[in-house]
Amino acid sequence: MNFLQIIYLIASLTFVIGIKMLGKPESARRGNLIAAFGMTIAIFGTIFLYEGIKTSNYIWIFGGLIVGTVIGTLMAKKVKMTGMPQMVSFFNGMGGACAGIISLVEFDHILHTGPFTDADPVKLGIIFLGLVIGSISFAGSMIAFGKLVEKIKDKVLPLQQVVNIGLLLLILGIAAAATLGYITTPNVLFLILALSLLYGVLFVMPIGGADMPVVISLLNSFTGVAAAMGGFLYDNKVMLFGGILVGSAGTLLTVVMCKAMNRSLTNVLIGNFGGGSKDAGEGKAITGSIKEISKSDAAVLMKYSKKVVIVPGYGLAVAQAQHICHELEQVLEDEGVEVKYAIHPVAGRMPGHMNVLLAESNVSYDKLIEMDDINPEFKTTDVVLIVGANDVVNPAAKNDPSSPIYGMPILDVEDAAHTIVMKRSMKAGYAGIENELFFSPKNSMLFGDAKKTLTELVSELKSL
Amino acid sequence: MNTIIDYIANNQLMIYLVILMIFVGIELIEKVPSVLHTPLMSGANAIHGVVIIGAIIIMGEAENMYATILGFIAVVLGTLNVVGGFVVTDRMLEMFKKKKK
Repeated sequence: MNFLQIIYLIASLTFVIGIKMLGKPESARRGNLIAAFGMTIAIFGTIFLYEGIKTSNYIWIFGGLIVGTVIGTLMAKKVKMTGMPQMVSFFNGMGGACAGIISLVEFDHILHTGPFTDADPVKLGIIFLGLVIGSISFAGSMIAFGKLVEKIKDKVLPLQQVVNIGLLLLILGIAAAATLGYITTPNVLFLILALSLLYGVLFVMPIGGADMPVVISLLNSFTGVAAAMGGFLYDNKVMLFGGILVGSAGTLLTVVMCKAMNRSLTNVLIGNFGGGSKDAGEGKAITGSIKEISKSDAAVLMKYSKKVVIVPGYGLAVAQAQHICHELEQVLEDEGVEVKYAIHPVAGRMPGHMNVLLAESNVSYDKLIEMDDINPEFKTTDVVLIVGANDVVNPAAKNDPSSPIYGMPILDVEDAAHTIVMKRSMKAGYAGIENELFFSPKNSMLFGDAKKTLTELVSELKSL
Repeated sequence: MNTIIDYIANNQLMIYLVILMIFVGIELIEKVPSVLHTPLMSGANAIHGVVIIGAIIIMGEAENMYATILGFIAVVLGTLNVVGGFVVTDRMLEMFKKKKK
């Protein structure tokens, strides 16, 4: 037993060191492996050294571990880089469900020793809280997953916020009443379970797809707290340590992510940005005409430029065009053109997501320039090529207070001499609003699928 | 009420640990470049998979059908969280290798 405590101590340390190292690009990968090592020794330490584990149940434990490992590895290995956010959401939901089930079984243990009202109220309270938080995290993550794979649409019920807050208070009220012995039927557990799952669904349902990363990060910290409840329940330091660490780090990460998008957390949770609010502030109507550019003209324009900045957006990722984009960059570099990528903090579906996608196609890390560093450079840029991005280059964020994205920091592409927007159609971006950049005299549109158009651009450039 | 005060008194170290961990968590995340937000979230996601320890305990102590079935599901789901979480994070970070110009 004492040896197990030492294993837990080491595991807890690896979690802190792991998270610390994950915060720096050079050490991030090692940090992840260190935390994984700590987790492994904690798991096997528990199986072999924890008092009360029956050897007859080993088969179930190892069976579960093997099944989970095989499915988990396959899913994690098979998922495309563009699908990362939903994968994280899915795994998060699994953790939440796991925490919820622990509460269900522990409550059952209590029932075997007598009426639950005789049990220690602190223990009961922890069981209920673990169930509530775990279930919310599970249901919420599954809805977030559905939204990211675009199987679930944003839906706002009338009085949604009032209903949500009322429901949450009701759940906590029932849990408190049961803990203090005012409710005596053991079925109260299933009532709490059902209401918590419902709350998880209603909580995420109205939030726009563009805000899912923030929601996932928040649910991530919920699962951390649910795991910590298990730590209290079993007086288990490593669960408490890991759970609280993720709970607090996750909450702060949520806030930091909101800041990178220049939005407040309340705004994200209540604001219904990006969908579901089609009648709320559409922004100014834009008049003017757009002009198209042919591929060969675009190729010539770029070839005789000194500096080209590429602004990649989710459209590039969806079209799987990151590799051909890298090829375009190389062709231009061979012509002596300076090429850089301007990365908006929320390019892609999550902060940092675009960097991962481009790095996957071998784009050099130091060519990826973050927004604050690239913005002053647009003045000296000849051509900005915007591939599948829209809201992050919409000037309405700066000069139209009625626009739903007003206040979001954007890339100042209109400072450059020319902008070329590569898009499939004139359809609005994720926020569902028009982009006045398209109507700017300095801008040309290049319609078509990102991958196909880029491929044609590259062959035009090569034949020049 | 007394039971809650007793609990706090008997578990002072746990409470201190929780409070300190909250600050450690905040301290660790501040000033992380936004490039790393996604892998960091994913890594933290894998770490809360430590809930699997609880799943192993209920599975290991299981004596009836109810606990065995739920315990088994919990172990599978917990493992999914841990293994999937770490593997996905590693795949993301694999992309961040330094490349020569």
